[in-house]
Amino acid sequence: MPSKQDNKLKLLWLQGVTCNGNTHSFLNLQNIEQLLNKFEILYIPAFSTNYTIDKIVKCSLDCDILIFEGAYDPFMKRAGVNLKELLFHYMKDSKQIIALGSCASFGGVFKESAPDRITGLLFNENTLTTTFLDYKDKIINLSGCPIHPEWLAYVLNMLLKNINIELDDLYRPIELYSTLAHHGCTRNEYFEWKIDAKKFGLKEGCLFYKQGCRAPMTHSSCNKILWNDESSKTRVGTPCFGCTEPDFPRDNLFQTKTNMSIPQDIPVGVPKRSYLTMAGIAKTFHIKRLEGKLIDYKTDS
Amino acid sequence: MARISKEERKNSIISASLQLFSERGFYITTIPDIASKVGMSVGNFYNYFTSKDILAKELLLYIADYLGQEIKKINESNLTTEEKIYEIVSMYFNLAQKKPEMIEYFLRVYLSNREVFKDGCEGMVCVSSFVTEMMIFFDDGVSNGDLHSQDFFSAFGLFMGYLGGMVFLFGEKILPEPLENYKSSISLNIYNALKTR
Repeated sequence: MPSKQDNKLKLLWLQGVTCNGNTHSFLNLQNIEQLLNKFEILYIPAFSTNYTIDKIVKCSLDCDILIFEGAYDPFMKRAGVNLKELLFHYMKDSKQIIALGSCASFGGVFKESAPDRITGLLFNENTLTTTFLDYKDKIINLSGCPIHPEWLAYVLNMLLKNINIELDDLYRPIELYSTLAHHGCTRNEYFEWKIDAKKFGLKEGCLFYKQGCRAPMTHSSCNKILWNDESSKTRVGTPCFGCTEPDFPRDNLFQTKTNMSIPQDIPVGVPKRSYLTMAGIAKTFHIKRLEGKLIDYKTDS
Repeated sequence: MARISKEERKNSIISASLQLFSERGFYITTIPDIASKVGMSVGNFYNYFTSKDILAKELLLYIADYLGQEIKKINESNLTTEEKIYEIVSMYFNLAQKKPEMIEYFLRVYLSNREVFKDGCEGMVCVSSFVTEMMIFFDDGVSNGDLHSQDFFSAFGLFMGYLGGMVFLFGEKILPEPLENYKSSISLNIYNALKTR
């Protein structure tokens, strides 16, 4: 008689070129044990699991869900076995493949070390690669450096419930990546009135104009599904680095690229002419409440 | 006889008031003066503009939109940055000669009577269509590597201040040569000042 374990989806977590950042982030998930107990865990590098990596690389098992963390390097080996061979074996019979993090999705930070060789699992930045193209319909990209733990939990829960996950052009779940990091940012009023943060660490001011914030151009839910349930980069005064996008990491992350004081990149889908018209007019006005420290402002001042 | 549309009436008020304001000055020109020049009653004038201040702001929007549309055409052309500079200079000087009241209004009414424009036309509010196109021009020029990046207002002031100064000298009949003769040298000077080094 089959045991309850036999009915569980088998989950395997493999790593390419990685800093383990997504693993570390996932460890912050509340109820992580409850979620993972719903799967038969074959192997997760950070946990004690049913099988060791030595057993996994023998390619005698199969999995339902393959999580791949890190960039893909065709020369890389795991426990002496070529990564490509490993991936082909486990991708073949898997129901779903999750490319976890920006390195697995697009190449990310580790692509920088060997740009001509290292890629994401399915994409090289925003271009489809050919190696695993046959499996593209199984692949979900969860970009982010690192991913928010709830993003992976969302995908795993959807797979458990056998609900279709709608993806964008870069194979990312629309539910998580249709919004911009800008949405929900507590500095939005400063963005509207074009008031920049005068220095790092202030609660007041927008980080878009001088400090390199990519939130209006970055598809993510960082200010919607908050980190540690309470915060985000922009909320604590660090610009969004655009880490969910294929061009991450860009140069000069703390600097806004401007042409004659005009931001080179402007919010997604906004015509530059329209943006400049709005920005020019907004800059005309001086809103006293937004010019100083918020806690110092008196309503009748 | 064909009936004159409301839009045509409005345009004739704009044209007449531009001429009167730039020739006589904003405060000396009265609404009866404008109505008389257009050939309408003062009462009818108020059907189009409810005050002289509102008319003044409409005129500014009208000029800014005109300049903006002209520069937009140049921005969207396939010309090089250097050629675009020549076209902008040329367009501005042609306007100064063919419709001097438009440039005169900008220089002598708008810039000299700021109190008229302080409510509703602050900063870039009424001139944004023109300034936006200059932003697009500079942004394109830096993006394609022709111009060096610098503070927007440093570049804007150099470009438009220069043109305004030349038109002022032209209006004062100080220039020894026709304005036309200065297009090439001024365009080259602007390009040399802004180009990538």
